Amino acid sequence: MGRIFKYVMLDILKNKFVIAYMVMMSLVAWSAFTLEDNSAKGMLTLLNLILLTVPLVSVLFSAIYIYNSSEFIELLVSHPIKRSKIWLSLYWGLCGSLVTAFIIGAGIPLLLFAEFTISLLMLVVGILITVIFVSLALLSTIIYRDKAKGIGLTILIWIYFALLFDGLLLFLMFQFADYPIEKPMVLMTALSPLDLSRILLLLQLDSTAIMGYTGAIFRNFFGNTVGMSISFTLLILWSTIPFLVSLKKFKKKDL
Amino acid sequence: MITVENIKKKFGKLVVLNGIDLTLKKGECIALIGPNGCGKTTLMKIILGMVMADSGSILVNNESITKSELYKQHIGYMPQIGRYPQNMTIGQIIDMVKGIRNEKKPLDEELYKAYELDKLLDKKMSTLSGGTMQKVSAVLSFLFNPSILILDEPTAGLDPIAAEILKQKIIKEKGNGKLIIITSHLLSELDDMVSEIIFMQEGNIIFHRAVTALKESTQTAKISSAILQILKNK
Repeated sequence: MGRIFKYVMLDILKNKFVIAYMVMMSLVAWSAFTLEDNSAKGMLTLLNLILLTVPLVSVLFSAIYIYNSSEFIELLVSHPIKRSKIWLSLYWGLCGSLVTAFIIGAGIPLLLFAEFTISLLMLVVGILITVIFVSLALLSTIIYRDKAKGIGLTILIWIYFALLFDGLLLFLMFQFADYPIEKPMVLMTALSPLDLSRILLLLQLDSTAIMGYTGAIFRNFFGNTVGMSISFTLLILWSTIPFLVSLKKFKKKDL
Repeated sequence: MITVENIKKKFGKLVVLNGIDLTLKKGECIALIGPNGCGKTTLMKIILGMVMADSGSILVNNESITKSELYKQHIGYMPQIGRYPQNMTIGQIIDMVKGIRNEKKPLDEELYKAYELDKLLDKKMSTLSGGTMQKVSAVLSFLFNPSILILDEPTAGLDPIAAEILKQKIIKEKGNGKLIIITSHLLSELDDMVSEIIFMQEGNIIFHRAVTALKESTQTAKISSAILQILKNK
């Protein structure tokens, strides 16, 4: 297993697309910190980058990589190695290389320019988002055999979580404004890993004004420490459950 | 060595395999032939554990293939189109498969030497031609000296010299008492290799006979004309 993981990771790290992703991340991160006069503004720029670009790249790249590896997966299956090991190696290989690209791209400027605890938190959240969207991509490739449909689904997943979800919450909020819906709202937030991450980071950044509606409720409801640990737990669940479902299906899949 | 019992497989509503029974023994070289979509690739994939059968069982060396994946140690598989990660080199691919197999037995490097892959070890897979890729697949399937070889269209895409080297290797391994299963549409090149023919159509086995018996009963000298005659008489 270690061997497949190693080669998958090396293969992806040499991929031009991943190199471009790394360069772009570091360009944006460096310019965000050097052009703005205080690091808080730079943090917000980077936050938007993490919430929009990182999931898009992770989900799309992973899905395309898995579809392009279908013959390679077949070859591996013809050797005496468990299917679960193959799927795990691919998962870890994708996560490992995309996380490496993220850390080199955004992590170095973060640790250089921003306050240590906050930049560390941002790194962890970025890593979690990468892992979550890799596992969602793996699930999509299992659901659809057809490459076009599968990649379409990943784009849909991204649009839903990155753009539609907050709007949907706001819409519900206005529709049911006469009822006490704070608690259901908090529960709803758990349904989107990106909303969770945003809240998690903004609770620390102290930028209540741009927290969005869900963020404001979340803060009132939980307070800082409890809110943080709950959202971390939820993010970790988001990164494992789609993968475990895909793993279970991969074991029985016709290649 | 391989016993196939009542294997059935459907893809959606399409019946691909309709209750296949087979017994394949060592020292045989079997050609699996039939029109496109007759289920021969699916049958091979089920033996290799790539496709799950709906019902029925397969025994390799008297052990069910659903129990553990260790039976694949005894199988070398050459796919019709081998594709490998674009940024890996030939050397890395061979190294990785060696690591997965992790076998103590001495390696069979005859094809590796014959195809002179040692000169290409640093080449990236993305720069290789289709034929060279097939050579890599062929080398990998024979490298671990497996007792069963499953070859899907082995000579398609190879140049005549490389194809001849592979044919000689197949004949030699047949002599060593291995079980070899080949699918091919090129009936003419099967003549000097195979000892048995399995003809499939629409998920059923139409016949399974030794080549010599087949040629005798149809009074022909070549496999292709023998099969044509059988199909005509139906």
